Amino acid sequence: MDWATLLQILDATLRLASPLLLACLAGLFSERAGIFDIGLEGKMLVAAFLAAGFAATTGSVWLGLLVGIAGSLALSAVHGLASITFRGNQLISGVAINFLASGLTVVVGQSWFAEGGRTPQLGDGQRFEELTFPGATEIRDLPILGSLYSEVLSGHTILVYAGLLAVPLSWWVLYRTRFGLRLRAVGENPAAVDTAGISVTRLRFAAVAIAGVLCALAGAQLSTAEPAAGFVRDMTAGRGYIALAALIFAKWRPFPALGACLLFGFLQALALRPALFQQSFGFSIQGQLLDAMPYILTVIILAGFVGRAIPPRAGGEPYVKER
Amino acid sequence: MDRMPRWADVLLVPLISLLLAAVISALVILAIGQNPWEALKIMVSGSVGSTYGWGYTLYYATNFMFTGLAVAVANHARLFNIGGEGQAVIGGLGVALIALYIPWPHWSLALLAAMVASAAFGAAWAAIPAVLQARRGSHIVITTIMFNFIAAALLNYLLVGPLKPAGTMETATASFPEATHIPSFRDMFSFGETILFRGTPANITFFIAILACLAVWLLIWKTRLGYEIRAFGFSEGAARYAGIGSTKIIMVTMLISGALAGMMAINNTLGEAERLILNAVEGAGFIGIAVALMGRSHPLGVFLAAILFGILYQGGSELGLTLAIPREMIVVIQALVIMFTGALDNMVRMPIERIFARRRARTPLSPPGPTLHPPGRVAPSSTPGTAATE
Amino acid sequence: MSLAPQVQTQSGSQGTPAIELRGISKAFGPVQANKDISIRVMPGTIHGIIGENGAGKSTLMSILYGFYHADSGEIFINGRRTLIPDSQAAIRAGIGMVFQHFKLVENFTVLENVVLGAEDGALLRPSLAKARAQLRQLAEEYELDVDPDARIEEIGVGFQQRVEILKALYRRADILILDEPTGVLTPPEADHLFRILRNLKAQGKTIVLITHKLREIMDITDTVSVMRRGEMTATVATRDTNPAQLAELMVGRKVLLRVDKTPAEPGAPVLEIDNLRVVDAKGVERLKGVSLAVRAGEILGIAGVAGNGQSELLEVLGGYMKGTGTVRVKGRPIDIAGHEDARDRRDAGIGHVPEDRQQAGLILDFAAWENIALGYHHRDAYGRGAMMDQAAMKADTADKMQRFDVRPPNPMLAAKNFSGGNQQKIVVAREIESGPDLLLIGQPTRGVDIGAIEFIHKQIVALRDQGKAILLVSVELDEILSLSDRIAVMFDGRIMGEKIAADTDANELGLLMAGITEGTA
Repeated sequence: MDWATLLQILDATLRLASPLLLACLAGLFSERAGIFDIGLEGKMLVAAFLAAGFAATTGSVWLGLLVGIAGSLALSAVHGLASITFRGNQLISGVAINFLASGLTVVVGQSWFAEGGRTPQLGDGQRFEELTFPGATEIRDLPILGSLYSEVLSGHTILVYAGLLAVPLSWWVLYRTRFGLRLRAVGENPAAVDTAGISVTRLRFAAVAIAGVLCALAGAQLSTAEPAAGFVRDMTAGRGYIALAALIFAKWRPFPALGACLLFGFLQALALRPALFQQSFGFSIQGQLLDAMPYILTVIILAGFVGRAIPPRAGGEPYVKER
Repeated sequence: MDRMPRWADVLLVPLISLLLAAVISALVILAIGQNPWEALKIMVSGSVGSTYGWGYTLYYATNFMFTGLAVAVANHARLFNIGGEGQAVIGGLGVALIALYIPWPHWSLALLAAMVASAAFGAAWAAIPAVLQARRGSHIVITTIMFNFIAAALLNYLLVGPLKPAGTMETATASFPEATHIPSFRDMFSFGETILFRGTPANITFFIAILACLAVWLLIWKTRLGYEIRAFGFSEGAARYAGIGSTKIIMVTMLISGALAGMMAINNTLGEAERLILNAVEGAGFIGIAVALMGRSHPLGVFLAAILFGILYQGGSELGLTLAIPREMIVVIQALVIMFTGALDNMVRMPIERIFARRRARTPLSPPGPTLHPPGRVAPSSTPGTAATE
Repeated sequence: MSLAPQVQTQSGSQGTPAIELRGISKAFGPVQANKDISIRVMPGTIHGIIGENGAGKSTLMSILYGFYHADSGEIFINGRRTLIPDSQAAIRAGIGMVFQHFKLVENFTVLENVVLGAEDGALLRPSLAKARAQLRQLAEEYELDVDPDARIEEIGVGFQQRVEILKALYRRADILILDEPTGVLTPPEADHLFRILRNLKAQGKTIVLITHKLREIMDITDTVSVMRRGEMTATVATRDTNPAQLAELMVGRKVLLRVDKTPAEPGAPVLEIDNLRVVDAKGVERLKGVSLAVRAGEILGIAGVAGNGQSELLEVLGGYMKGTGTVRVKGRPIDIAGHEDARDRRDAGIGHVPEDRQQAGLILDFAAWENIALGYHHRDAYGRGAMMDQAAMKADTADKMQRFDVRPPNPMLAAKNFSGGNQQKIVVAREIESGPDLLLIGQPTRGVDIGAIEFIHKQIVALRDQGKAILLVSVELDEILSLSDRIAVMFDGRIMGEKIAADTDANELGLLMAGITEGTA
């Protein structure tokens, strides 16, 4: 494999990893607070749809993003209502949210745009454009560092950079702030938080809301960030589940989440170029195997063969004051 | 002290949940500028208004019975098998293999073989998550989700590669030989000149599904194994004390569950498509979750809920033909049913409990009942595995 | 209503009480947990609240801490009427609570647990630094040493309890409530705790101690309130009362804990244990070479503070925990290496009434008739081949319910709908009627009313008199003393000594329970 193709693959890796990363961090906040979130997929999908739909009709991608966030937050609220307020089953709620998103986006999209569940093509100005870093064109020809800077790092949309920044930010919030301490505590032992005089309900709703916003960023990226140009039905295509897999892979920690998402993004980037893979590694690999790799790797991790993944202790359990 | 009479628990709560789902669905239909009442009429007449409608309704219902039973059986052991989809996919693979590579003299033998093969393949696909749960404590919800995706990738690989007949473009196996074609409702119920169920996929598998409902009922409530499964589901600690091994129960329950999900393939692959196609399961594995929730994990409930969802599916696809309501409206309704009967169960249940509590307070007869118990028992997650000793 | 004399006194009622409750009532569904309770606790005193399990002590204190809401009644703190809608309000009012089950985040450090909820600002670092300094000071003042950087899951229960006390003090609590604090402690640890409490009292703190142990009340409290069935039956100065009177107030009549029984006539050994060792899932050695024997026709009582290996002993013998060493029943070796389960034990003639009937002995959602088969569901009496015979199960249940006086005698009723005593009778009926050669019985009367206690004790003695062997585990020393023929004391996974029940007393056993033998004392 020559240098130029490697750069291409790395560039694609970063782009493909970014929605996974945002969704993964969304799951991280939610699950660290003790709320399982299978509904990442659905929230991304609704946000992707609303962002593209409103960007197309209003002409403003930022307005689209805002509406996307609102839609994702609405689903978060439903999830919170079911799993926090009414102490329902969090897994079932997540499953329902995914179906709701999958159905509603098509039903509403068809009635709105009559294009079989698609939104209209987004033109220039209606989507997030790729940013060129200062000096990227100038130092392109410098060996290695220059090309890494201008080909891989530069030239993504703002949402990709937002995702990358969200990693240290999440770490800082979780481990260096009062909110983070309480959030982690409520996912481990909500009774400790409750008896310390802090509202378990409020904390968990906050976590679920953060997850909603991050999912919306991930969804908006799929439909409104270059090279994407609109919404297609079921366009998340299991990314929410891959994000969940990455979260387990990362053992619910922010920086490993970055690593896991980059790995899964890399696998997706490879799957996009089957010919190249054969040419550079000398043997062909089934695209389907690459597709399935994140899931297989996650099962291996879950089986505890490569270090054990221990979820937050109170995860999935609604908090009931004991009697 | 039970908080409400049994009839309220079994009938009233699910009915109100269903009503809420219907109301919100109607609002969605209104919102896209259509008439919900019209939609309802079309759905009903399209699904149960003719033998044609019934022929599809019962075909779908057959699928949902199998997947619904699969989820229900697992629920009794407090295992949430979300992997019915993948298990049904792999069940289809089993059916295709025996139909394509073994020359069957008669359809009845092919049907028997298909039952065995689909059950075995489905069970095998559930076995790995089951082992991981029993032995390593890996959360079965996550592993079964992962196995859905792996199954899809595996089938995709087989259908574009090894199993695809040369010279075709479709991602499907060759058609099964004539001898494996099982009787459809049309074959079975038409007489003389009267052709019933013309052009519909419902077939003899429907009766196998009914037998499966019966078998599950016997298993859960009449056998020692069913007793053990329920005991384990209610209390792992008590099961351990009673010598009911967690590994055994998790394995056996998941194998039965996977086998039931896999057997759906008799209907859609042997009965309908008569070859293995890429998207044969069409989300029926997930609908099984809704069916089991609505049916309260009881086979009779599963049977009724499966018929209801069959009506919904067939009626829903008629919607797109007559009104400008996309077929995906079904998915919305299904989501709402899962949400209200599953996750928001307490929202419906708590006010009803309060009403009954108030009525009971007026007629004092209550003996002291010191142990309060969380209401409802809906497929909670389960993480046994490492037996912590304290 | 109450049969007991109303002992109404108030010790030194000068000044404003630190805590005053007036007419507190609280119901959980049909259960009236607290009925019109009034109480006054003076500042700088240790006030005991004593009562049987389920008398409503913990509920009352949870109301005071804002964990539950009272249906009616008023709370006054330092003379001011105070509303306590949540724990935050309680903390603001200067109340700290040490729950029976600690409310700690296991994988957090001590420091993080102390700071949680009492941070100084949005950033963590300054809060942690401040707490670290203050912990050092509190440690010196009150003998409350804990390593601030240790994780909770790595330290023992005694230390975890200190963290809970530190949490309260860090929040500047003037009133400290402790709910059954010694249940998990060894006697030396309990002594240390009492030293801490006396220090706190000396500093002017007000302490409420909830317990069901008379000895603790007599040792450390200044005043004591007695609760029975949700009602406050009396408040007295500790020096003006005695254990017998308190016991009577607790149960509402003279307590006769002596069990009528003839001297044992022990036969051949039924259970022989030699050098039994158990390592739990966390890798902690719970049994460190236990050897003992129980003979036919005798009751061997195992005394000890909870958590010293008694539970593990029962679980290994019951067939659901692994161990090493040799165990024989009627001379035949029992496999304890994990190849057998609880069913094999029952088939070997071992009946087992588990310590926790709600978690192990019963399936609360199952009807009584289903519970009567639990563990015996594979037997021929309950079915044929793969199928169960439900009619036989129901008939058998009705019969056992009648003979063990289970009320209501309705086999169709779910186990959760019976009272604690009747639940326990179902378990005892099942295990005794299975005709065991050896009966393991753990905490037979925990959370059981007095009437049922007497009934269950009689059944145990009757089984002994049929020539069966009985291994009794109880944390209630009185129960051990009155029921056993011989007593073995467990401490830290070892048998510290064996005594003939008739020749020993609580003092001697207490020393052994603390790990003090004649040699070391």
